[in-house]
Amino acid sequence: IILYDIRCFSVRAVSVFNVLRSLSAASHGLTDEQKEFQKVAFDFAANEMAPHMAEWDQKEIFPVETMRKAAQLGFGGIYVQPDVGGSGLSRLDTSIIFEALSTGCVSTTAYISIHNMCAWMIDSYGNKEQREKFCPDLCSMEKFASYCLTEPGSGSDAASLLTSAQRKGDHYILNGSKAFISGGGDTDVYVVMCRTGGKGPKGISFGKKEKKVGWNSQPTRAVIFEDCAVPVANRLGEEGQGFNIAMKGLNGGRINIASCSLGAAHASVQLARDHLLVRKQFGETLSNNQFLQFKLAEMATKLVASRLLIREAAQALQEDRPDAVAICSMAKLFATDECFNICNQALQMHGGYGYLKDYAVQQFVRDIRVHQILEGTNEVMRMIISRNLLSES
Amino acid sequence: MSGRVLVGVKRVIDYAVKIRVKPDNTGVVTDGVKHSMNPFCEIAVEEAVKLKEKKLIKEVVAVSCGPQQSQETIRTALAMGADRGIHVDVSGKDYENLGPLQVSKILAALAKQEDAQLILLGKQAIDDDCNQTGQMTAALLDWPQGTFASEVSLEGDKINLVREIDGGLEHIKINTPAVITADLRLNTPRYATLPNIMDSLMNNETELHKPNHRTSLCVGLIPLFETVAPEDMQGGTDRSGAMLRHTVLQSGLGLHTRSLVVFSIGIGKNKTKLGTV
Repeated sequence: IILYDIRCFSVRAVSVFNVLRSLSAASHGLTDEQKEFQKVAFDFAANEMAPHMAEWDQKEIFPVETMRKAAQLGFGGIYVQPDVGGSGLSRLDTSIIFEALSTGCVSTTAYISIHNMCAWMIDSYGNKEQREKFCPDLCSMEKFASYCLTEPGSGSDAASLLTSAQRKGDHYILNGSKAFISGGGDTDVYVVMCRTGGKGPKGISFGKKEKKVGWNSQPTRAVIFEDCAVPVANRLGEEGQGFNIAMKGLNGGRINIASCSLGAAHASVQLARDHLLVRKQFGETLSNNQFLQFKLAEMATKLVASRLLIREAAQALQEDRPDAVAICSMAKLFATDECFNICNQALQMHGGYGYLKDYAVQQFVRDIRVHQILEGTNEVMRMIISRNLLSES
Repeated sequence: MSGRVLVGVKRVIDYAVKIRVKPDNTGVVTDGVKHSMNPFCEIAVEEAVKLKEKKLIKEVVAVSCGPQQSQETIRTALAMGADRGIHVDVSGKDYENLGPLQVSKILAALAKQEDAQLILLGKQAIDDDCNQTGQMTAALLDWPQGTFASEVSLEGDKINLVREIDGGLEHIKINTPAVITADLRLNTPRYATLPNIMDSLMNNETELHKPNHRTSLCVGLIPLFETVAPEDMQGGTDRSGAMLRHTVLQSGLGLHTRSLVVFSIGIGKNKTKLGTV
């Protein structure tokens, strides 16, 4: 290949993330269709997201246009039914797509996954009018969504939430506040978990935009309800069904968040590998150092293990297997922990350079650190798994 | 006018891959290496799909010559908006010998069979950089050619073309049917959308052709050249190198930018083998 051709392609960002052979376990065992989905997602991540990931992080930009481009490809409602604008794909297809997108920007992909979760909840539990009113705009990302469960006083103990909804005629009046809402203040549709029965003041307002260690391409704010009137027609499902719906949404959400961790780890291993082949100390490249070779091997092994567990969980959820909840929790627990360690070790392998914001690896570390906390802390994951195990006897 | 466009798509090693030479030096490692559609072929597919969207042509048919895996490349073309795919099955030794002349013959035969109005190709493939297939196909069909196209517009039964040439931009007008080869700035290929991928794979319209099949294309795939290593020589003085260079310069054999002259000089007696690629 003559060199001038490579310069011609400077127009398109060079994607190194999908080249590594042993880690192309990313495409092993996939159907032809899934390989095509993955290819589109990797290309989109490399061309549309990766070049901007540092800027979105530093300037805290919520990349509306890029996300709408993603929605045009069908990424706005991946597992939403096609009759309301979704792509109608499986949980496994979704996991593959988010894993690939995450190599471009974890924070933005994580937000897209939250948006997808909300769209799915309305698609699955909404009535005909609700589905037709909300889903098409969400699938095209004409409107963006936020998932509001956590409150200042109830995080892991979600069932103790206090936001109340008091019925007045054909409206519910909401009072209370939600904390750490991704997209809060910049999104259009809020899926709010609240307690029917309550009291209250006026409307919906937002707290200050939080300053975070990572996830900076999406705004996080408290959402405050004061006598906020919401039409009864906007209630998803029956009264009292809310907690159930919220938890079902989270099962898929956990697979998605774990998939985002996977993408970051995949990208970090490639970055570490490339660095080891280039950086020289003591007269030879770092790749000749046995400790680093072994470390890289361990990282790759944990990556593949995480990927297999996530894909198994996606299958289980798709098939509605009895172990689906437990295995989704296991996948989230294992993958988010292991992938964070992988990214962290990749940073270590970069030495001092890894600590500089000029290098992407630190952003992967910062962005996925929160995956061990949200969508159910990894401690809560252990609660769910142990409860599942102990109740079987 | 059938309104049918044939687009040639080639499966090549992905441009981001680091190429490695095989241990036996017969070529590059392709096993297990990521392959994708030649970038210039992507641009050609995009142009064809755009013409169809403007309703200037009726059908886009993607063609690929190669082994079973070439069907992946056709699939990508279908996902981008092509209507049909034709896989000309060439495997094994035949595939190793498949070069521009053979592909041009196949494309010419297919163009006649499909009654194509236009053939769109990438200007060159990034693995061999031959930049010959478009030109040869046009010659075999005796059709006009518009190569290195950076702008294409159809005007009735003629095509207005802007070509990127060494001196700048050339504007030409050619008749149809014609062969056009796409250059980098012709367009920016679209991403396949999830619905398109699903539709294209469900319909799965890929015909299989074998080049020597009697009812099919009747194209002979005769290898054009063979690469051999020079025999091992005994030791001796290295005079032949300087002598050879002198002879070459005297004969006025200029070195053009597009041709590669490979010398394989044995050290010692007058045993030199000259190969031109």
